Amino acid sequence: MSEKEPILKVRNLSVEFSLPGGGLFGAKKILKAVQNVSFDLHEGETLGIVGESGSGKSTLSRAITRLVQASGGESVWLGQDIQKMNSKQLLALRKDIQMVFQDPLASLNPRMTAGAIIAEPLLTHAPGIGKAERTARVAEMMEKVGLVPSMINRYPHEFSGGQCQRIGIARALITRPKLVVCDEAVSALDVSIRAQVINLLMDLQKELGISMLFISHDIAVVRHIAQRVLVMYLGEVVELGDAEQIVSNPQHDYTKKLIAAVPVPDPKVEMQRREVRRRMRREASAAA
Amino acid sequence: MPGLTGKDQVLTTYANKLASLDAPKGRSLTQDALRRLARNKAAVVSIAILVLIIVTAIVGPYLVPWGYAQVDWSNIRKPPNFEVGHYLGTDQNGRDMLARVLQGTQMSLIVALVATLVSVTIGVVYGAVAGYFGGRVDAIMMRFVDIMYALPYILFVIILVVMFGRNPVLLFIGIGAIEWLTMARIVRGQTLSIKEKEFVEAARAGGVKPFTIIMRHIVPNLTGPVVIYATLTIPEIIIAESFLSYLGLGVQEPQTSLGTLISAGAPVAEVMPWLLLAPALVLVTMLFCLTYIGDGLRDALDPKDR
Repeated sequence: MSEKEPILKVRNLSVEFSLPGGGLFGAKKILKAVQNVSFDLHEGETLGIVGESGSGKSTLSRAITRLVQASGGESVWLGQDIQKMNSKQLLALRKDIQMVFQDPLASLNPRMTAGAIIAEPLLTHAPGIGKAERTARVAEMMEKVGLVPSMINRYPHEFSGGQCQRIGIARALITRPKLVVCDEAVSALDVSIRAQVINLLMDLQKELGISMLFISHDIAVVRHIAQRVLVMYLGEVVELGDAEQIVSNPQHDYTKKLIAAVPVPDPKVEMQRREVRRRMRREASAAA
Repeated sequence: MPGLTGKDQVLTTYANKLASLDAPKGRSLTQDALRRLARNKAAVVSIAILVLIIVTAIVGPYLVPWGYAQVDWSNIRKPPNFEVGHYLGTDQNGRDMLARVLQGTQMSLIVALVATLVSVTIGVVYGAVAGYFGGRVDAIMMRFVDIMYALPYILFVIILVVMFGRNPVLLFIGIGAIEWLTMARIVRGQTLSIKEKEFVEAARAGGVKPFTIIMRHIVPNLTGPVVIYATLTIPEIIIAESFLSYLGLGVQEPQTSLGTLISAGAPVAEVMPWLLLAPALVLVTMLFCLTYIGDGLRDALDPKDR
């Protein structure tokens, strides 16, 4: 790890939601979505966050971008606590931290053209620039993410899933952010497109020197893109460490299971692994 | 606009090129919907008839030989008579029915248009704000709507009329101010589902201000339900206006509206059927057309749920 101060420092971050119900007199039910999560993120680094559905990955990312309010702990971005920022500081944060979302089509407003979607962050964060320059920047960014600039006037429903996700990436990168949070950014794409988009993200990261928080339920994808991996289960961190090390030598049972769940494109190996999985399940039921 | 970097001069040509030749226009959802609407025969015919009625109501009064307030002393209570130019006959006061029907249609259309605009504007903004902010804001705003619902609108209009005197503009506003309640509820419901979409979250993550999000991301996506409901509101308003005019709260003599004409024609329908038939036929045709247009728009804007 580098000696430099991390750009994002998360300490004991917790997020709680109060559930509806519980009655008029009963105690309010509280869902602890994220509990005591701590990690550092350095400049230019990619941290993968893995875990099954409902393990709190997305909530964690939304707490970091302050789309939901954290209930405890702190997340420090360049020396400032994100949870305590005023609206002006928050606007600056929104310029520095951008998100790429899971569903490529749902994350684009169906009534706006691709150009307008990509240009939107510029309207918010650089309102002074002229229309022509904005268009030029959008075109430049479209080229960078592998879209033809002449598609600028098309609407989201005229693009394929992969292209939509490229628009989403272009929108995230146009303000030149320091950190991009990819929330299941490739999960909705099919395998070949997924590889393209991941490679695109990696290339852009190298080119622009951005840091990335890459959230996925697929440990194989995370291993490919991230240097370090954080494994979450039921809102808590179960393992945090070097990506290769975690994959080759998982310490926690849950991580082992996650790795065992990844299919291998070789029938023989897959058969052996299925054997292992069955044995693990038998042991688990015997223990219970 | 000079821009921050001062490179605008150079970039303008590039931008223009992108905007014109190199970048073909995409087909927006609205264009798609219009295309589907054009394929719906009932809707197209209805639009044609409605346009015809509107044009006739606007241009017609200049072409008929008699004015709507002009009394023909020699022809009072007469059935249609083509020789003297009373194509639809005359009423009890000797006024030409055709001129009066045209004027009445015009008035009903204006009431419908203004009242619909008022109700759509208030309803959309109110509903979108309540739905987007949610929580306590939503609860308070929607309880206010519930209270307004409980208030009989006739009472509301009577109070308005008593306070400000009889004035067609007041009538439009009065009706519009009541009709927005349903619109606000519909819009709120839609907003609740749209605000959970990822593109709204993306805008929030991008630091877009709440009001801008409502205007840029939520309202345009409400087009479908709003347009559909608006076309269904127009007949409702025409009927409401007719009802108020029937009660004597609407437009004032010698001006008239379809509702007034019908209310005047109804009691004498057996002896002078022409007084009732003409305005009733226009009203019924208009209502049918608007219903078909509303149906067509619903199918065109929302092809998934038929």
